Amino acid sequence: MLSRTADNLYWLSRYAERADFVARILDAAHRLAALPSSYGGRESNEWASALASTGDADEFKKHYDAVNEHTVCDFLAFSRHNPSSIRSCIETARENARSIRTALTTEMWDAINGAWLELRNYEGRDLTRDEFSHFLDWVKQVSLAFDGSAYRTMLRNDGYWFTRLGTAIERADNTARILDVKYQILLPASERIGGSLDYFQWTTILREVSAFNAYHWVYRESIKPLLVADLLILNRQMPRSLTNCLGMLVEHLDLIADSYGRRGESQRLASNLRAHLLGADIDRIFASGLHEFIEHFIGENNKLGAAISEQYLV
Amino acid sequence: MALAKAFDEMTGPGDALAGAAVRDAYDALKSWLDTTPPEHFNTRRSQAEMLFRRIGITFAVYGSSDSTERLIPFDIIPRVLTKPEWSFLERGLKQRVTALNMFLNDIYGAEECIKAGVIPADLVYRNQHYQMEMRSFRVPHDLYVHIAGIDIVRTGENDFFVLEDNARTPSGVSYMLENREVMLRLFPELFSRHRVAPVENYPDELLATLRSLAPQSATRDPTVVLLTPGRYNSAFYEHSFLADKLGVELVEATDLFTKDDVVYMRTTEGPRRVDVIYRRLDDDFIDPLVFRPDSVLGVPGLMNAYERGNVTLSNAVGTGIADDKAVYSYMPEIVKFFTGEEPILHNVPTYRCREKEAFSYVMDNLKDLVVKEVNGSGGYGMLVGPHATRREIEEFGRRLKHAPDGFIAQPTLSLSTCPTFVASGVAPRHVDLRPFVLAGADEIRIVPGGLTRVALKEGSLVVNSSQGGGTKDTWVLDA
Amino acid sequence: MRIRVLHDTIYTYEQPARGLIQVLRLTPRDHDGQHVREWRIEPSVDGRLTAREDGFGNIVHWFTADDAAEALTVRVTGEVETFDTSGIVRGGVERLPEPFYLRDTSLTLPSAEIQAFAGKATAGGDQSRLSVLHRLLEAVHERIEFEPGPTSASTTAMESFEVGKGVCQDLAHIFIAAARHLEIPTRYVSGYFLHDDDGEDPSAGHAWAEALLPDLGWIGFDAANGVSATEAHVRVAIGLDYLGAAPIRGSRVGGGTEKLEVRLKVDEPQRGQSQTQSQGTQRQSQG
Repeated sequence: MLSRTADNLYWLSRYAERADFVARILDAAHRLAALPSSYGGRESNEWASALASTGDADEFKKHYDAVNEHTVCDFLAFSRHNPSSIRSCIETARENARSIRTALTTEMWDAINGAWLELRNYEGRDLTRDEFSHFLDWVKQVSLAFDGSAYRTMLRNDGYWFTRLGTAIERADNTARILDVKYQILLPASERIGGSLDYFQWTTILREVSAFNAYHWVYRESIKPLLVADLLILNRQMPRSLTNCLGMLVEHLDLIADSYGRRGESQRLASNLRAHLLGADIDRIFASGLHEFIEHFIGENNKLGAAISEQYLV
Repeated sequence: MALAKAFDEMTGPGDALAGAAVRDAYDALKSWLDTTPPEHFNTRRSQAEMLFRRIGITFAVYGSSDSTERLIPFDIIPRVLTKPEWSFLERGLKQRVTALNMFLNDIYGAEECIKAGVIPADLVYRNQHYQMEMRSFRVPHDLYVHIAGIDIVRTGENDFFVLEDNARTPSGVSYMLENREVMLRLFPELFSRHRVAPVENYPDELLATLRSLAPQSATRDPTVVLLTPGRYNSAFYEHSFLADKLGVELVEATDLFTKDDVVYMRTTEGPRRVDVIYRRLDDDFIDPLVFRPDSVLGVPGLMNAYERGNVTLSNAVGTGIADDKAVYSYMPEIVKFFTGEEPILHNVPTYRCREKEAFSYVMDNLKDLVVKEVNGSGGYGMLVGPHATRREIEEFGRRLKHAPDGFIAQPTLSLSTCPTFVASGVAPRHVDLRPFVLAGADEIRIVPGGLTRVALKEGSLVVNSSQGGGTKDTWVLDA
Repeated sequence: MRIRVLHDTIYTYEQPARGLIQVLRLTPRDHDGQHVREWRIEPSVDGRLTAREDGFGNIVHWFTADDAAEALTVRVTGEVETFDTSGIVRGGVERLPEPFYLRDTSLTLPSAEIQAFAGKATAGGDQSRLSVLHRLLEAVHERIEFEPGPTSASTTAMESFEVGKGVCQDLAHIFIAAARHLEIPTRYVSGYFLHDDDGEDPSAGHAWAEALLPDLGWIGFDAANGVSATEAHVRVAIGLDYLGAAPIRGSRVGGGTEKLEVRLKVDEPQRGQSQTQSQGTQRQSQG
């Protein structure tokens, strides 16, 4: 297939995934902010961390004076200045889709074009809390519909595999970003204020990756920071864990390599990174530095993205 | 000036409002219009609009910044042609496109028609669309125009005229196909009452045409691509639609490159050789090393690969001269000279302002004439005398005086009307017809019908979508 | 007169440039007033170099580099023997019908000012075409100051006329615009010019115009020097304007910004030099 088509498919999926991620971050931040302050509902902190997980703080400062619910929601949901705002994600996804109509199934096009059309109903006016929450639900539905339409309707060939690569790279990056911003509240040293506060911080992380229920099914234990980190980084049942994302990347890069009869840099990088995760153990990660581990992962994941691009997309 | 009552596609010369008799072809349609409750039409019309929006048929209007994507209005009442009418048009179209190809082959080759005085030399050589690069080699199969859109207007029962030959990159065929698709979805019952010749094989015919034109160095399974200027082009939807239906790659300039006089496209599996390029990009932009150096839409080296016979461009470079309205005025002589036959389809009588007598006649009669720029298109830069204000006429007169060579004039034709839904109900509106003619190395193919464009403003004769025109499905009855 | 040309065009790129393609109109052909004794084109990087004739009859080389390159030098060396024909060009290759050379291009579109200038410069007096053209030549030479700097390769006749300054390319464009406005077929010529002082020429070659006379044929008019073409002119390529006759047009992918340097030496060879070359090299450049 055309390199540009593969590039568009890849970025289309990345942006659809990112829209979902930003919606979840905002959703979780709202929940935390709604708590009485004795339970950790310390507004400014939560909005700052939502901003840090998703956006470009420097760009934010150019357009807003204060970090609060109103400004962060506006920046992350609707701002044109933020290339990762939900609105920008949907618009960019749709632009990518528009230039490769021929490579998309009708269902995929409908999912993304329909979202783009409906976006107009939300933007450009002040939404009430209820409306905003409805909006976030809608965004999650859009991502689900897009993902589902790709899964159900695309031919299982390189086009499909490139969309999966986009989803997996983006998802790994998102999960790692959350960990990067919040690693300190998972560290034992951070149990400094009181159980209930941290409990709600931890559950927020779980909600951000839609793993609140999953946690209990997997560990059948009360929420503990070490296990939260384990779930997000190493657990192979958890769809958004780093290990699982890498599994997806390796699988689809192998399918592409087999189909083209050639292997390259991206196959090598992906299997090395996966081997690194499979060989890891959560206790040792904590012992040698969670922050360093995550930073290293983000760097490697970016390198992998660049290698995929160099090998196939330009 | 009030025009005489136009020929109506449904009622003929009679007055539709005065209850004139309906032409046979429209019988069933008329009773359908009369017996269907108005609410039903309204529902279907909004459904049609929704379908178009969902499918994504939009076009960009030059110079309008706010709504870069707009729908071309679609009218649900079809325009109907009988089988004999169509057979006549079909014969005329084949003859005309054959002559166009012979003409182009001649002016870039033997130049017989210039030597014989069929057309003045300076009209050819001074034309901006005459590409001298084409003189130094032969195009595959000596064919220049592979895809033509010939605009036809009707003024009476048996009076059809060619208004324009679009021989560069004619657009609109996606509307022909989508209009039919939407009609089939919305009004299945109508199609059970009529035997309408299908148009959905157009993409297959197009692909067969393009493949037949592959250069000799191509394999038996030539690679065809569609080259688009990109998604900001007004016809991008059509490009992507056609590539999809043809099952070929939709490429932009950056997807292609040349190496050692061969064109390749960049794919995830490495470079792949390209044999036929259906390009929807004007000559001036296709190769910055030969034409406009500032073009970022073109492929450096493409012309060299083309001249060396390693790739076919469709349409060929240099066909724009056949779009020229001054050249158009010589078409009757050109058809005769090359085919040895009388032209089946007539031209609209045309005054060439470059000729002294014609010029003074035009200046004296501006208020009754349609004056067009020879190189203009899309209804821009033209004067419709009877609908223009005194000031507009005066201003246009000054432009004309300044550069008479750049204009031709034609009598204001009373284009036929067709019943159309408007705000006040069903009313007659002027229409034209653009059939699409495919000239391959093996044969000429024309799917029955084409794109009917309709001027939605009452009395307006300008059907261009950029000027507020709409479209209709076009039915050729098979019985 | 023998004229020797050494012409280096040197490109350097910030990063290696890929997909280098160059179109070279750098090879002169014979006509009654010039005989090409020897001519070579040598790119400094490996690649494919093929020649063909363009629509005007110019010899055009297409050069495609094999690999990415950080620098590229196109070296032209050659020697031409010229004869004084009073500027008349006969016995050369003519491929296009005369009316073609009446066509306006965006670089040679005459503004109202140029039209008025052309009218005024040629009004009255002897209305023979030769006389008209000589008066026009003189007028352009006097009106436009030769000054490198204010104009570039993409400057139009209209623009340079308004500035009142330009280089040989601009003066040729203005002359062409004016002459075509007077319905005289005219074309652009790129080539070399042997200066009196015989030194290094800082400019990238020379340009002038040719206009058609009913009985004499094409005659060269050099507006920059205010004379008809002479023995000192080496005629390389023709076009409707600079773009059609441009010595080099190129394209590349990546590479960042580009630095361009031209080294040109046009002189008379010393006696006894450069006389032993065979016809073989000449054939090669036409191959």
